[in-house]
Amino acid sequence: MSANPNHTVSLTIDDQPVTVPAGTTLLEAAHTLGVDIPLICYHDATTANGLCRVCVVDVNKGRLLQPACIAHCQHNTVVETSNERVERSRRTILEMLSSAVDLRQAPEIQALLDTCNADRERFPAAARREHALIDDNPFYVRDYSQCVLCWRCVQVCAEDAQYTFALTLGQRGFHTHVTTLFEIPMTESPCVFCGQCIGVCPTGALKPKIEFGLENGLSPEEIRRSTRRPRKRQPQDEEA
Amino acid sequence: MTSLEDLLVPYRGRARDALLPLLWDIQTAFGHIDHDAVQSISHTLRVPAAEIYGVIHFYALFHHQPTGHTTVYVCDSPSCGIAGADRVIAALSARLGVPPGTLTPDGQFLVLHSPCLGLCEHAPAALIARRGAGEFAYAPVDDIDCLLVECAQTRQTITSGEGVMLTRQPQQPAQTLPEYGDYAALRRALAEMSPHRVIAEVDAAGLIGRGGAAFPTGTKWKLTHAAPAQPHYLVCNADESEPGTFKDRLLMESQPHLLLEGMALAAYAIGASKGFLFIRGEYPEAARHLQAAIDAAAAAGFLGARIFDTDFSFDIELRRGAGAYICGEETALFEAIEGKRGFPRVKPPYPTTHGLFGKPTSVNNVETLCAIPLIVAHGSAWFRQWGTASSAGTKLVSVSGHVRRPGVYEIAPGLTLRQFLHDYCGGLVGPLRAVLMGGAAGTFLTPEEIDVPLTFEHLRAIGSTFGSGAIMVFNDTTDLRDVLRRLARFFQHESCGKCFPCQLGTQRQLEVLERLEQPLPGDPQRLRDIGLTMTEASLCGLGQTAASAVLSAMQRWPELFGETK
Repeated sequence: MSANPNHTVSLTIDDQPVTVPAGTTLLEAAHTLGVDIPLICYHDATTANGLCRVCVVDVNKGRLLQPACIAHCQHNTVVETSNERVERSRRTILEMLSSAVDLRQAPEIQALLDTCNADRERFPAAARREHALIDDNPFYVRDYSQCVLCWRCVQVCAEDAQYTFALTLGQRGFHTHVTTLFEIPMTESPCVFCGQCIGVCPTGALKPKIEFGLENGLSPEEIRRSTRRPRKRQPQDEEA
Repeated sequence: MTSLEDLLVPYRGRARDALLPLLWDIQTAFGHIDHDAVQSISHTLRVPAAEIYGVIHFYALFHHQPTGHTTVYVCDSPSCGIAGADRVIAALSARLGVPPGTLTPDGQFLVLHSPCLGLCEHAPAALIARRGAGEFAYAPVDDIDCLLVECAQTRQTITSGEGVMLTRQPQQPAQTLPEYGDYAALRRALAEMSPHRVIAEVDAAGLIGRGGAAFPTGTKWKLTHAAPAQPHYLVCNADESEPGTFKDRLLMESQPHLLLEGMALAAYAIGASKGFLFIRGEYPEAARHLQAAIDAAAAAGFLGARIFDTDFSFDIELRRGAGAYICGEETALFEAIEGKRGFPRVKPPYPTTHGLFGKPTSVNNVETLCAIPLIVAHGSAWFRQWGTASSAGTKLVSVSGHVRRPGVYEIAPGLTLRQFLHDYCGGLVGPLRAVLMGGAAGTFLTPEEIDVPLTFEHLRAIGSTFGSGAIMVFNDTTDLRDVLRRLARFFQHESCGKCFPCQLGTQRQLEVLERLEQPLPGDPQRLRDIGLTMTEASLCGLGQTAASAVLSAMQRWPELFGETK
């Protein structure tokens, strides 16, 4: 929302008073006080959509918890960034996520699981989102078994940065997944291999081919051979 | 046979908001929307092809792979469940030799499960999609042969009650324009009342929105009217998808002009000249009646430019949803009209300032809008002679399950649920076990709780809800665990997948409920944690109520969950 910079709001966050310009998010205000709020989907460079909800905080003991990444500071409110309700939601979201997604290559989320006292085995016999690794281009691989659905890759491919629109979301609910038009290989899609999706991915779901190759014991030469075709001779070379 | 090119012609030059109508045309003509069609749509509407593919994936009535020449959607909601929906599926599978979800080898038939079709009073229900012809409701499913070949069926919904809003007899067909009249309330308002005066009258009537959220209509209109940005839009939310709810369907099928006049009055009040009527895709008959009524009203000059020679102009565009409960959420509904996946938006900002196409918008339920011509014609005091101070006017209730006369009833709020079940619904079929108030997003009541007066305030006081006005009644032969699983399956199927608590929680809730007969240690606490997390941390009303019925059942019948009282 547009906000008059001269207009300020005052509130307390974890018993600390703070005055900020109207339009400041709870997350930004908390940071000015040095209060840390956990985040998964939020990224400074992409549109915040309030997806993961691990940043929820309690405002005035309201019926609903508020996502700190997008909720604006309201005047005269009392915000608690941690209490029983907040902790239950954070912990349960993380436990459900851990039971659905391969988070082994997501160190920041692993740290969150520990700080939020999440039990990684809380949901036994739970369906996991499993996808086969997609290795369809020379630049990067996609392993959506590691995808937490933060939407960042889809957003940078679209209006947040590149306006390429190679990616979309398939299905819905638990089975939502990132995909291309009719699951076509990246090389047949509008993808320009700008690499921005890899740069914003918070897990190991998107990975450069070189990194993937090295992790799997390939030598740089083997990776080069597998990702590059022999240079075609120019027509004038043939004529010569 | 229609060609793809023929279908695209009328859409040339149009923008993304024409996407769902175009997808419907192609789906109906070809039974699915293939790669070539997506590319052609992309060029015609200038929408990225991948995003079109994402939209097709989102809506359950759109398909990117071939369906049958006849595709049958069988309802598996609780009311259809207790009426034998599983037997219908089994009979169809046996007859066709393929399980649900598998196309017959000749490509003729496909059977699919469906969430509530809003035909609960005729359970078990099915929706039939015939290639080239469109969709048809079929309920009750008394003969599976009729599902597979064209077969005429007439339905009469039992209606009775105060007779204030519902004035048609069950056997009467849809009210025509001459039968309805000449939009006298609209004529009077345009001649004698300012928009402020109309809003004041609706405010004084104490009209509470009938869609489920119970927001005061007058307040919503004041906020929309006052919003500075232009243009303003009116949206009628006819995406009636709450399981067990079918009152709006009945209104639209029997009294379409009452709704259209209500929309025109609402548009006048909020300062809109364009209205969208967004109806769920599962209501093909109501959509046909409404389109005919819109055309008739426009031809008579009751819609269109300079109505009754005043400065007020108003057009209504009918839009069909395509199988997504979430689109009943007002901001998800905007996304659907705009041609996107039906993801709810973050609020605030609210629709009254940032709604459809980012403009000030009032979204009102069908029943709410149908009350407007009555209030304008007769005044707020007249409206208040029914109901209570906080639940003014008559209210429509959809009743299904184990009552003698399931149907739509118009009640004066204040009578008790017990009185209602006995005096209106012809009494119970068998000893009462449970009542589900407010649909899948509502709460259970025990037989000891049915002396609660049916008002917004009394139901809220006991932690229940009127919701969309759905009442599902279950007798002692009902397996409540099966009912809970059907509700959980509904939310698992309908979660849009946007926010983590609902996307993950609806799946985990279903998994725990599927093993209720053999629970794992700690399952009740798992259910509570999932439920409270969805309730408190989800982004929209779907997730915030997806555990409501389950949590209410845990309080009332802990033994169902392996706990002791």
